[in-house]
Amino acid sequence: MSAFLTVKNLSAALHGFDQRVLRSVSFSIDTGEVLGLVGESGAGKSMIGKAILGILPSAISIIEGEILIDGQDLQKMKPADRRRFIGATAALIPQDPLTALNPSRRIEPQITSRLVDILGWSKADARVRAMELLNEVHIDNPERVMGSYPHELSGGMRQRVLIASAFAANPKLVIADEPTTALDVTVQKQILRLIRELQERHSTAMVFVTHDLGVVSKVCQRLSVLYGGKIVENSSVPDFFKGPKHAYSRALLAATPKYTDPDASLLPVDESVIEAVAAEVLAADKEWRHGR
Amino acid sequence: MLDGRGSIKRRLGARLWLSGTWLGVMALLALFAPMISPHDPLAQDLFAGRLPPFWMNGSDPAYLLGTDSLGRDVLSRLIHGARIAFSVALVAGLATAIVGSMLGLLAGYMRGWVDVLISRLVDIWMAFPPVLFAILLIAVLGTGLTSIIIAIVVIDWTRFCRVVRAEAMNQSAMDYVSSAIVAGRPRRDILWREILPNVLPTIVALLTLEMGIAVIVEAILSFVNLSISTDAPTWGGMIAEGRTSIYQAWWVLAFPLAVLFLTVLSFSQFGEGLKDRFDPVLR
Repeated sequence: MSAFLTVKNLSAALHGFDQRVLRSVSFSIDTGEVLGLVGESGAGKSMIGKAILGILPSAISIIEGEILIDGQDLQKMKPADRRRFIGATAALIPQDPLTALNPSRRIEPQITSRLVDILGWSKADARVRAMELLNEVHIDNPERVMGSYPHELSGGMRQRVLIASAFAANPKLVIADEPTTALDVTVQKQILRLIRELQERHSTAMVFVTHDLGVVSKVCQRLSVLYGGKIVENSSVPDFFKGPKHAYSRALLAATPKYTDPDASLLPVDESVIEAVAAEVLAADKEWRHGR
Repeated sequence: MLDGRGSIKRRLGARLWLSGTWLGVMALLALFAPMISPHDPLAQDLFAGRLPPFWMNGSDPAYLLGTDSLGRDVLSRLIHGARIAFSVALVAGLATAIVGSMLGLLAGYMRGWVDVLISRLVDIWMAFPPVLFAILLIAVLGTGLTSIIIAIVVIDWTRFCRVVRAEAMNQSAMDYVSSAIVAGRPRRDILWREILPNVLPTIVALLTLEMGIAVIVEAILSFVNLSISTDAPTWGGMIAEGRTSIYQAWWVLAFPLAVLFLTVLSFSQFGEGLKDRFDPVLR
């Protein structure tokens, strides 16, 4: 069976610079599977999600590689067709619930506009669906929330609304871009459980971007470790936590706080490991340039 | 789930009240000028020239704020002047806002060559000295209310364009715009329904400022006699006439000056007040 999402040798670069920000990234995800993308800040985790959804910042563009969703090559589509296709099959759970809802619109149209405007539902049907969704994300009085403005809701509530609206059109692929980073710890756990629940119920393929290995162990089946826009290790989650193969992954895992031993001191990632992985990335770059 | 944030109501500040009341009264006066004004603003009475306002010796109760050198009623001329000032403010202000905001939204949202084109145009435009530009335009278009309005729009659209462009760029970088793109919504729809509503408070604040500016520009052009016909009652014209007789009849200069000052001040304060009040994000 072929994977639902396949990314092959994807490279992206800043306009006018020789440096790549994504370096020949390849991975694939099956239907119903969750892939974790892990790495430090600036490793390019979010960039991959944005590249797939076509929302890269205007200064960055894809320079080579393929993105296949359901067997369709996104790069070969016309921009307008691509947007329609993405709109119908994929959705985003954004990082910051505070900026991801339009402050001047009520919640209801923000959940339903995709259904009504893009998929041609009637307003009434869309409203019923929105109510259902808000119930699914455990919001007690959906009626009131739908009539509210974003600033009237708490951060956790807003993230619930965003999750609901991401799953509104039954997407086959969801990109979750650090969906819990901006929330406080007590809310994080509920939101994670919620995302997991909806993902399983709808058997969605999901890319879960995070820097928290603890979260990966709870949500994902497989993970890719990124450094400098390059995947240094692809692994299944159980194998990874038994013992990562790459030295950088091992160091990253060692740097994660352990709940079983809260007094253990945190190990920062060792300089020599960073130098080694950086050298590896540069070597790969050299080879890539040579190959062009 | 109640979180206590839903029911916060903001008070209408004193600023909004005061400026709003002044503007409301002036607007009403302008609207019903022919019914309210006690005299014909153009009627001269050379025997009743330079009568002082009502509280001074030698005043005539028929002329509350006195008369000018030609014996025309200052109060009636002020009221009719409001008519001209407010029509210019409203029409020129709105037209400027629409033209400038449209171009600014396009530049800030589309970026690329559209942005380059519009932004360079703004840069070039702003290099012209505005008053000179206005006088030049009036010289070409000829005097009259329409010419003044056109001149204001042609000169001042850049004010809106700059600010709205920056604001549109800010909004475009927000996650909710990304989400709308991912949802496959058309660009036009995103511009109208996601970005414009969030730029609107800024446009409104600028608009009221622009209305104040329009009143000033009209007054300046009347002052240098480039507005409508010379004897028409404009605040700027009254100031120009009052200037010549300031030692004999200070009121001919002082009243239009005070009214002009308060009106322009009210416009800018009203805008600020509105912006604070209707900004969707609580600060």
